[in-house]
Amino acid sequence: MAQAAPVCYHCGADCHPVHLQREEKDFCCEGCHTVYQIIHETGLKGYYDLNSHPGATGQKGDAGKYAFLEDESVISQLVEFREGTLCKVTFTAPDIHCSSCIWLLERLYKFREGILRSEVNFMRKEIYLTYDEAKISLRQVAELLAAIGYKPELSLARLEGGPQAKPDRSLWYKMGVAGFCAGNIMLLSFPEYLGLEELAFTRLFGYLNILLSLPVVIYSAQDYFRAAIAGLSKKHINIDVPISLGIVVLFLRSTLEILLDLGPGYLDSMAGLVFFLLIGKAFQRKTYDALSFERDYKSYFPISVTRLKKGEEEQIPLSKLQPGDRLLVRNGELIPADSLLLKGPGHIDYSFVTGESETVEKQAGELLYAGGRQEGGALEIEIIKEVSQSYLTRLWNNEVFQKEETEEIGRITSSVGKYFTLSIIAIAFIAGIAWFFVDPANALNVFTAILIVACPCALALSSPFTFGNTLRIFGRNGFFLKGAGVVETLARAKRIVFDKTGTLTQNGNSQVRFVGEELSDTDNLALKALFHQSQHPLSRELTRHLAGDKLPSTEEYQEIQGQGLQARIGGILWQAGSATFVGTPTETQAGQGSQVWVRKGETILGKFLLVHPYRHGIEEMVHSLEQDYRMSVLSGDNEREEARMKALFPAGTELRFRQSPEDKLAYIADLGTQGEGVIMVGDGLNDAGALRQSDAGISIAEDISAFTPASDAILGGASVARLGDFLAFAKTSMKVIYGSFVLSFLYNVVGLAFAITGNLSPLVAAILMPLSSVTIIVFTTVLTSTLARKKGL
Amino acid sequence: MSVMYILIGCSIVIAICFLGAFLWSVRSGQYDDTYTPSVRMLFEETPDEEVASKEADPSQDLKFTNP
Repeated sequence: MAQAAPVCYHCGADCHPVHLQREEKDFCCEGCHTVYQIIHETGLKGYYDLNSHPGATGQKGDAGKYAFLEDESVISQLVEFREGTLCKVTFTAPDIHCSSCIWLLERLYKFREGILRSEVNFMRKEIYLTYDEAKISLRQVAELLAAIGYKPELSLARLEGGPQAKPDRSLWYKMGVAGFCAGNIMLLSFPEYLGLEELAFTRLFGYLNILLSLPVVIYSAQDYFRAAIAGLSKKHINIDVPISLGIVVLFLRSTLEILLDLGPGYLDSMAGLVFFLLIGKAFQRKTYDALSFERDYKSYFPISVTRLKKGEEEQIPLSKLQPGDRLLVRNGELIPADSLLLKGPGHIDYSFVTGESETVEKQAGELLYAGGRQEGGALEIEIIKEVSQSYLTRLWNNEVFQKEETEEIGRITSSVGKYFTLSIIAIAFIAGIAWFFVDPANALNVFTAILIVACPCALALSSPFTFGNTLRIFGRNGFFLKGAGVVETLARAKRIVFDKTGTLTQNGNSQVRFVGEELSDTDNLALKALFHQSQHPLSRELTRHLAGDKLPSTEEYQEIQGQGLQARIGGILWQAGSATFVGTPTETQAGQGSQVWVRKGETILGKFLLVHPYRHGIEEMVHSLEQDYRMSVLSGDNEREEARMKALFPAGTELRFRQSPEDKLAYIADLGTQGEGVIMVGDGLNDAGALRQSDAGISIAEDISAFTPASDAILGGASVARLGDFLAFAKTSMKVIYGSFVLSFLYNVVGLAFAITGNLSPLVAAILMPLSSVTIIVFTTVLTSTLARKKGL
Repeated sequence: MSVMYILIGCSIVIAICFLGAFLWSVRSGQYDDTYTPSVRMLFEETPDEEVASKEADPSQDLKFTNP
């Protein structure tokens, strides 16, 4: 009977044919079953009813991992609020992914007495906890979270940075105030709209309007004045200058008119204008809360390490680490600082920090650089440098990281705005002077009317709404930008620089191929038994690759460091390792990837080839880019894969190998001085400098909530093939902006016609100004959305 | 027509109340997370939870604001 492969009741992963079965439910591993048991015993069955398989895959219990949370200095760093024994703390749990997670985590108080309240912020993947210190410790809280499958993420940055910054809510306040005032001013202007000027209360309404417009000018619009003054002090006319000018002139002229009883003024237009501008600002400020674009090495490093003191293991926070300390580094753990290897052997994976794709073998007595990951047995190391002084972390002392990046939104608007402002002021003066000779009484009216009607509301709104909408369209497709301004940078770029390891190729899961005569089943089993003995990363990959589970026994097993393995299986000597080890001449042609030669008795059977496969979709991506961009590849690796890269990229692509993180940075800086807009695409810490130096740094990540170095954009692994589409669409958005400029120009012509002829009545202004804003908003958002749908984004 | 003065006064006072309510809602963090509450309100509370949330949960008296 055909039956679907069983999936884990907890996490939904495919189960091995031989797997755990409890209470008629399938579990893929012991970890999932444990989590299920804990949740089941607490009576929170609803977790599994809301969604099927809501758990996270691959949970392993690490006893003692949170021991450092007992440390009082760590607790005081993490706890945000304390009153008596009551504490509040925020944990980040990247495993939060569905409504079941919210349901379970907000019922934490059922698991353990002492947890009073828990609240989840799904978008930020955070849990806000209130607990009673007298009943439960911070460590126990963290362990409880880990036990039910939501490991709290604790990094060095979190410890050193203290509690996170409060979210900026001032824009909401400003919008609220402006909206309130605009609405009421419009209400009070109704008699004017309806032509009921002669009523007794028009004067009162005028005074009320002045009163209501004060908060708008003083509070809501203050950012525009600040930006305008900042721009002018740098002798630079930005778009905020004409906006501020318009607001000030609107307010002063209206106040004067009302006080001198000359007319009702334009305060409704003024308040409406500020309200629209603030909405535009809020719209483009879409942020991806769960993503961080500012991470440095501190977020990559663990928060605690295992120190060995007098033969005892203890967990200490990384910040307390000192040169001379002895540490235990287990399989898969990170080397936190430059150190000396005491007990090996080390198989260090530096792919994330240097870009070398192969693990490096280290013997006792050799120097280890910070940031490498041990693949194999546990190591004992002695720290020789402080964390911040290590080889890797020195990159962050480069001046690129020192200067603050100011986000320039709408450079296009600024450059157009400059000419716009100058011409408006010129028109205002000419018209004012002309009227002075015709009808001096009307000259000031015309002069101010021009400044009012030309206030570039539509101009200022087009790029926030276009870029803001583009940002959302990209986000839906797995391409996350730091801010709306990045769209413009992407549209301008002419050159794309790629990192190789981890960006173009994928680490782990090599493609394995055997070159030589076909291996028999017994040979396969013998080889698997041989590789099974070794902790070497290549051996482990080959063990995974080879089939069979009834392994023959091995005798006289020997592993020669840097050479290979050998053992007697069924009386025959098997050897596997480098070409010299098995005694075959080294091939002159540089092979692709790593090779492991195999020798059975006296015959050489052949070799295994292990190649890091390309990331899915890379070929399509390169193909879609080669028309419009010049490309380069920078690799921290050696030339081994040069031939493969040449085949992938079009002729003329610059390929550089053995690039240190500093080399990459310098290369980008050099391109930058040539005036090309440069996009850097990278993934690891070794690309951090280059990502920062480039005009737009894009980091690629399989799991977007995992660590990515600081960048302007994060591209999800599944969307890599569409990078060309994204960049093309960024250019389309620019065209939409140009289109909306034409529209706003037309509105200005109409408005100016009213203003120059001296016919700009408050009613005309009250209709024309909001109408132009709304047209621009509808035009840009509808057009970008339609174009995106046409392109399949 | 002098009733207009009273009406205008009332309308502005009411509008100010709404503005105040909006500012309070922003201040108390209701605009910080606009997604999770939409999921949370769909969960069914079991009978024992209703009791728990009304009586046994001492943190009900504590004002909890998101950081």
